[in-house]
Amino acid sequence: MNGVKPFDWRHTPGLSAYTALIFVFFYAPLLILVIYAFNSSRLVTVWAGFSFKWFVAVAYNGAIRDAALNSVIIAIVATIASTAIATAGAIALERGRPRFGRGAAMALIAMPLVVPEIVVAITTLIFFSGLGMHHGLLNLMIAHTVFCIPFALLPIQARLRDMGGTLEEAGRDLYADEWRLFRRVTLPLLLPAISAGAIMAFVVSLDDFLISMMVSSAGSTTLPVYIYGMMRLGVTPEVNAISTILLAVSIIFVAAALLVGRRNRFA
Amino acid sequence: MIDIHSVSKSFVTRDADPVHALNLVSLEIYDNEFFTLLGPSGCGKTTLLRLIAGFEAPSSGAIRIAGNDVAALPPQKRPVNTVFQSYALFPHMSVAENVAFGLEMQKAPRSLIDERVREALAMVRLEGFAARRPAQLSGGQQQRVAVARALAPKPSVLLLDEPLSALDLKLRKGMQSELKRLQRETGITFVLVTHDQEEALAMSDRIAVMRSGDVLQVGTPRDIYDNPQDRFVADFIGESNLLPGATLGRDPAKTIVVRPEHIVVSPASDGTKGHATGAVSAITFLGSDTLYEVVLEEGAKLHSRSRGGAALSTGDRVVVDWARHLERELAN
Ligand SMILES: Nc1ncnc2c1ncn2[C@@H]1O[C@H](COP(=O)(O)OP(=O)(O)OP(=O)(O)O)[C@@H](O)[C@H]1O
Ligand SMILES: [Mg+2]
Repeated sequence: MNGVKPFDWRHTPGLSAYTALIFVFFYAPLLILVIYAFNSSRLVTVWAGFSFKWFVAVAYNGAIRDAALNSVIIAIVATIASTAIATAGAIALERGRPRFGRGAAMALIAMPLVVPEIVVAITTLIFFSGLGMHHGLLNLMIAHTVFCIPFALLPIQARLRDMGGTLEEAGRDLYADEWRLFRRVTLPLLLPAISAGAIMAFVVSLDDFLISMMVSSAGSTTLPVYIYGMMRLGVTPEVNAISTILLAVSIIFVAAALLVGRRNRFA
Repeated sequence: MIDIHSVSKSFVTRDADPVHALNLVSLEIYDNEFFTLLGPSGCGKTTLLRLIAGFEAPSSGAIRIAGNDVAALPPQKRPVNTVFQSYALFPHMSVAENVAFGLEMQKAPRSLIDERVREALAMVRLEGFAARRPAQLSGGQQQRVAVARALAPKPSVLLLDEPLSALDLKLRKGMQSELKRLQRETGITFVLVTHDQEEALAMSDRIAVMRSGDVLQVGTPRDIYDNPQDRFVADFIGESNLLPGATLGRDPAKTIVVRPEHIVVSPASDGTKGHATGAVSAITFLGSDTLYEVVLEEGAKLHSRSRGGAALSTGDRVVVDWARHLERELAN
């Protein structure tokens, strides 16, 4: 060695201040939102003592409850449908013989992740009105299913790739037909990844605003769309409270997805 | 039992020319035989095994198992089980469930499955481990579960792809005799893949020596060791001296093959006659044997291995000799 120290990013000047700043920008707004959800004053900027009253108000607000119920129903349906499609798609991509380029297929599936969401939202709206489909919740369920697919697909595909094909070859070698191979070998081994994908899909569906905004109609309002409506009448602590609930639910689900992904990974 | 007839296999790769993994390989593997595919890395051993198991289809040629052409049969329809190099045990199942898997897929009745699982685990001496998960076993134990799992459905043929390569030397020796015993007890045809020539010589009824997609020679271990028909085989199996004919004053178009243990080295001062003279350039003590490296006057180098050994030291002028019937003459 010639005595020159290799570059070490840990010694970048100002690294700790810079890191701290990033965390402040990330989390200060969230923290403020959550703190003021527990504020007893109606004014969003003045602290007047701790209170649960805005959460109580949210719980007694029938319109919020309806919107929340819509969101949950849509999220459950979209999660089940998109995860089933994503599982089949991931297996086809990783194990099937590609009819056309695997890369092209992947790009087509991942595209919705990079296409501006507003574009997806508008085209979905135009698509449904073009077809003359005005089925409220059903429209939302279809739209959500579609945009949840890539989120559910990625972890499942990654797991299939990690796993390699040898275990499935062993199953075939031991006389398993395709269906029983899937039931007894592939599915159990994929289950952690499928759960992680499903939870991601659920959270993405639950939190979606733009597409729901375009596609929803009176009677099929989702929670984020309803919150936006409330905001236009002024930011009230109720908005803080319901946002805090939504935030907590999302965090719990994403944490669950990570935990499920980590455990159950055999050997 | 297995009849491999003019089988070729090429892999089409996206970026380069197709890889010819097997070139017109023909082999016959007999009933009840311990057969070994031996060759260096990349020579096509695994490819041949995968063709027999049905994971790949040959580019041309035919494979018959027990008289039936298996071209149209997927792996699950072939009476063949595989012990994978990585074992490929199902991590989400217990040892017993792993071993039962093949029989369950064949829809055997529960009582038969239980009996066969017990039998198979006893055969590999893992009776007490039925409830464990593969992750809770040592490498050697996992290897035995893989063998039990493949044997439980009583296939006609057991394919083993370097099943011992992940084990340490001592365990490997133990497993070699275990596998040999299992083959004799079950009467199932074993096809073993290895690149370890010692393992092949110790275990096999017959060996096929392969190099870059070709089968060079098929025969019993004795036959292959004593009568290599090819420079590569002579060099790959055991240790050999490959001496250019010219250095011994013979036909320059021939190579003379002599095993080190057949060469006698004696001091030139003794006045004995031999095939050549030279000087000792190195002496290695190997315990029971001594290895002499001799540089011949004509320039070639050879090794002699002898028990005990004459009192020689480096630099001594020596005569090398061997019985003519122990040498082999091969075309260059
Ligand atoms: N799926 C594949 N695609 C392309 N080439 C392949 C494929 N499988 C094997 N090959 C090539 O075919 C040749 C033979 O490979 P094979 O795995 O049969 O060798 P091997 O004798 O088993 O070697 P080793 O002792 O290292 O396991 C190699 O050159 C390898 O690179
Ligand atoms: Mg191999």
